[in-house]
Amino acid sequence: MFDELSARIADRRLMFNYVLKRILLLLPTFIGITIVSFGFVRVLPGDPVLLMAGERGLTDERYTALLKEFGYDRPIWEQYFEYLGNLLSGDLGNSLVTKKPVVEEFFTLFPATLELSFVAIFIAVCLGIPAGIIAASKRGSFIDQTLMGTALVGYSMPIFWWGLLLIIVFSGWLGWTPVSGRISLIYFFPQVTGFMLVDSLLSGQKGAFGSAVQHLILPSIVLATIPLAVIARQTRSAMLEVLGEDYVRTARAKGLSSFRVIGIHALRNAMIPVITVIGLSVGTLLAGAILTETIFSWPGIGKWMVDSIFRRDYPVVQSGLLLIAAVVMIVNLLVDMTYGLINPRICHD
Amino acid sequence: MTDAPIGETTSTQSARSVKNQMRKRMLSEFWFYFSENKGAVIGLWVFSALVIIALFAPIIAPHDPIIQDRSALLLPPVWQDGGSWSYLLGTDAVGRDMLSRLIYGARFSLFIGVVVVTIAVTGGVAIGLVAGYFRGIVDTIIMRIMDVILAFPSLLLALVLVAILGPGLINAMIAIAIVLQPHFVRLTRASVMSELNREYVISARVAGASPFYLMTKTILPNCLGPVTVQATLSFSSAILDAAALGFLGMGAQPPTPEWGTMLAEAREFILRAWWVVTFPGLAILITVLAINLMGDGLRDALDPKLKRS
Repeated sequence: MFDELSARIADRRLMFNYVLKRILLLLPTFIGITIVSFGFVRVLPGDPVLLMAGERGLTDERYTALLKEFGYDRPIWEQYFEYLGNLLSGDLGNSLVTKKPVVEEFFTLFPATLELSFVAIFIAVCLGIPAGIIAASKRGSFIDQTLMGTALVGYSMPIFWWGLLLIIVFSGWLGWTPVSGRISLIYFFPQVTGFMLVDSLLSGQKGAFGSAVQHLILPSIVLATIPLAVIARQTRSAMLEVLGEDYVRTARAKGLSSFRVIGIHALRNAMIPVITVIGLSVGTLLAGAILTETIFSWPGIGKWMVDSIFRRDYPVVQSGLLLIAAVVMIVNLLVDMTYGLINPRICHD
Repeated sequence: MTDAPIGETTSTQSARSVKNQMRKRMLSEFWFYFSENKGAVIGLWVFSALVIIALFAPIIAPHDPIIQDRSALLLPPVWQDGGSWSYLLGTDAVGRDMLSRLIYGARFSLFIGVVVVTIAVTGGVAIGLVAGYFRGIVDTIIMRIMDVILAFPSLLLALVLVAILGPGLINAMIAIAIVLQPHFVRLTRASVMSELNREYVISARVAGASPFYLMTKTILPNCLGPVTVQATLSFSSAILDAAALGFLGMGAQPPTPEWGTMLAEAREFILRAWWVVTFPGLAILITVLAINLMGDGLRDALDPKLKRS
């Protein structure tokens, strides 16, 4: 009894140390990211003052005033530490175009990207894992070859083209789905969660939810394509590896049904690499969001970044870059922690 | 006296022939495993066809890819009503032949793939060798920098780099190479670290090999398997990313017949002229698919762990 308790405490401590180590390892990466985003404006061709002010035909006095305001007249390391200080107090500068704080814009647009990504990863997991399991359990069969062939096509897909094709077929020829946006303009309701699916339900307006789903379906299919293919391939190879293990053979020899063997004994262990792959696809999702949101005029952070690059809204690009990298890092940390929970062995390394 | 040199030459000759035989055997073994994967062989055929198309584009293409025919704007493909035999796959919005543009586009895509992978592999392998061989502070600094690059979504970082360097094909290729290169660093470093304490490396070191010789002649050849597989995968992602940048207006600039740029120009006509959108994307998909098929075959042939199972 006492032994068990102390063992559990030791386990907790191990887990805590593991998480702490992960966080500490992220610190240098985070500092690196701040250096990249700090340096971004300074390596751009052209005068940083003019770039950051976004004004033309400056008088000499105004130029000097701005130089002072931005602190560009001080030594570079001093500027960096001030930047870091601002960052930690949540000040990431203002957009040149809208004049609003970048942080505020980010958090208004982020839910749109998050919603799209959630639905995409949901589609990818719900289709990808079963596809991988079926392919693995029927290894070498026609079904296996078809599924894996399709997965490879999905993996090789230029998703910006895939999106355009879906628009041609479903919006152009069939007229089933709208071409762009998050919801039909006839609906208007306050943003509560920022997730259109939830907000439209909360609003109680008839047809609003349906409209939100209609708008969401094509972009999420497009965004799900590559993660879906990756998850299906990874599930298949992880299952194949596990199915060759002794304990699976034992389970079969005991006379368990193949459903139990595959679904319970094998799957649990095969899921570990699959979860890693799901976590790693966050970066892919955000990169995919840039293209998907541009094609479907989806008002999320991907489109925001592309637009800002074209509008030369450098404060937005600079801070958007930082915020997106921070999101990717946090998600990777969460994945690592889940990984530690599923597979306690990893904490001992 | 005269006997000794003769004996020596025969022994070096036989050593050379043994080496040649071994190489032949390795190649035939490689081909055996590669050709077992039907998809990989199909991929190889398609890829070879693409290379031929790219090389002989000026001879194969029926028209100049940039010349505009004002009398044939948005002409549909030949099998549709209003199609013309002189423009097999139709024309785009300014009357350029789609087929010729697609054929010339193969040149750009393959060129992008080759250049990007060459830069990424050379840079990545060299840095990875240094990090894995010297370890310590050098390794830490290098790997933290790589972590920072990997923390950004690749396409976003490439976009921002192109914004810094200025839009264009060359800058897009540099940006993509920078983004892809950390994968090679990690891979090389990991294999170097696992090879470093093997007996053959230690014996070479004891025999007095310099660090440079050890890195490049002793260790490197044994790390090339995974690097080759990764290079194939990077080849296809380089083509995809370059097309994506072209599509976003940050890659090759019009009127270059690059497939992604062609898609960007075609976007406004998607509901009127399906062919201007469909064909360039299909070309990208086929190319990338062929390379990925080859990559799967290469992995089967080069990964000894999978071979035995």
